[in-house]
Amino acid sequence: METKQKIRILIAKPGLDGHDKGAKVVALALRDAGMEVIYSGLHQTLDQIIQSATQESVDVIGLSIMSGAHLPICQKLMAMMREKGLVHAKLTVGGVIPHQDIPKLKEIGVAAVFPGGTSFEDIINGINNLFE
Amino acid sequence: MLDIKDILAGNQNAGARMIRLVEDRDPLAHTLLKALYPHAGHAFIIGITGSPGVGKSSLIDGLITEFRRLDKRVAVIACDPSSPVSGGAILGDRLRMQRHAADENVFIRSMASRGQKGGLSRAAKDAALVLDAMGYPIIIIETAGAGQTEVDVADMAHSVGIVTIPGAGDGIQAIKAGILETGDVFIVNKSDRPDSEAAVFELNMMLGLRPPSKDGWKPVVLQTQALDGTGVKELARVFLSHFDFLRQEGRLEKKQIKIESRYFQSLVRDLALEKIMAGLETSKGFQEALKKIRLREIDPVTAAESVMDNIRVLNNDTKYHC
Repeated sequence: METKQKIRILIAKPGLDGHDKGAKVVALALRDAGMEVIYSGLHQTLDQIIQSATQESVDVIGLSIMSGAHLPICQKLMAMMREKGLVHAKLTVGGVIPHQDIPKLKEIGVAAVFPGGTSFEDIINGINNLFE
Repeated sequence: MLDIKDILAGNQNAGARMIRLVEDRDPLAHTLLKALYPHAGHAFIIGITGSPGVGKSSLIDGLITEFRRLDKRVAVIACDPSSPVSGGAILGDRLRMQRHAADENVFIRSMASRGQKGGLSRAAKDAALVLDAMGYPIIIIETAGAGQTEVDVADMAHSVGIVTIPGAGDGIQAIKAGILETGDVFIVNKSDRPDSEAAVFELNMMLGLRPPSKDGWKPVVLQTQALDGTGVKELARVFLSHFDFLRQEGRLEKKQIKIESRYFQSLVRDLALEKIMAGLETSKGFQEALKKIRLREIDPVTAAESVMDNIRVLNNDTKYHC
């Protein structure tokens, strides 16, 4: 019997950028780390992301953003999460994220940021650490 | 704190968290399930099964659209296997249904098998109970691949749809897998591919050889193309007409009794197994028998039989005398 609770994570790509190789590869790495990964694909609206995260009762929402719009997207999503009572889920972001934006994202309420070049190990540890 | 009032009112957040408790086998889930039980039993449960890649998720996506057109709320439980190595899972069925993600009258929930024997069917069954109590009139359960889960789904659904594709194998495959007995509706998806008519012909022929269902339902064979929606409207209609058929002459009642009986039995079996196995390995008798088995003084079958002969299941206590 498993004693440790499984981590469920939603991987989603908001907006219009069409590169999901990275998101898929990360999804596989997380699966191999024992997590349950709900992959929701490209071009997700924030409403869809909120609804999916709610219905799937995930512990983590992992956004992949390469469009440069990470700040407004995260800000809006955090507000929507609060509004919809998604208080148990933590928001994380990966993709093309300039290092100077990381403190701003943390300030908005993003739990962890994984900019391009982060190793799988660091992503896995980063997510596991959210539940230590 | 979870309140069953919120679940009964159809609050998705509350329902989803309840399903999570069920999945995680949280002790609280039992208490809540007991309280929800009297409020369930109204939903029509459809099981969709078939080999990976035949288009189950895409068909369900189309079915959701059709049921929504009829203004029915729909819930989906989409099951995928967990990796036996890492215990993790990629749950990708939802991807095909994502256009319904913002529709508040649709509830889609992915579930991983978590490697527990019979665990998926138990969790899926309990999740269906939650969705039923939330007031969804139609619940669709999707299972992955071949094997025991297919039979389990037949045990919990009112109507079972089996999806195949042209060229997926001859009639022998169908008899071998035993899927013919459990299906109410047979779907040849991707029917734009060559040999679709042949697949339909073959299925009809095999079904003609199957003994008729006890309740008189004649299985239907349909062709669909999930991606452009061809035949999906008809498929939705067939499922609903099967439900109407069941509602006549007390057939649904009989089916329901069968479903509940199997579930009841499986619960008793789980509890019995839990009680018998608890403490078995550490018991003196077991260790002594194991020693004898290792020395080849006794064979494991005889040893197991003598363990069973000597078990006395008391109210809250199991004793091993051997």
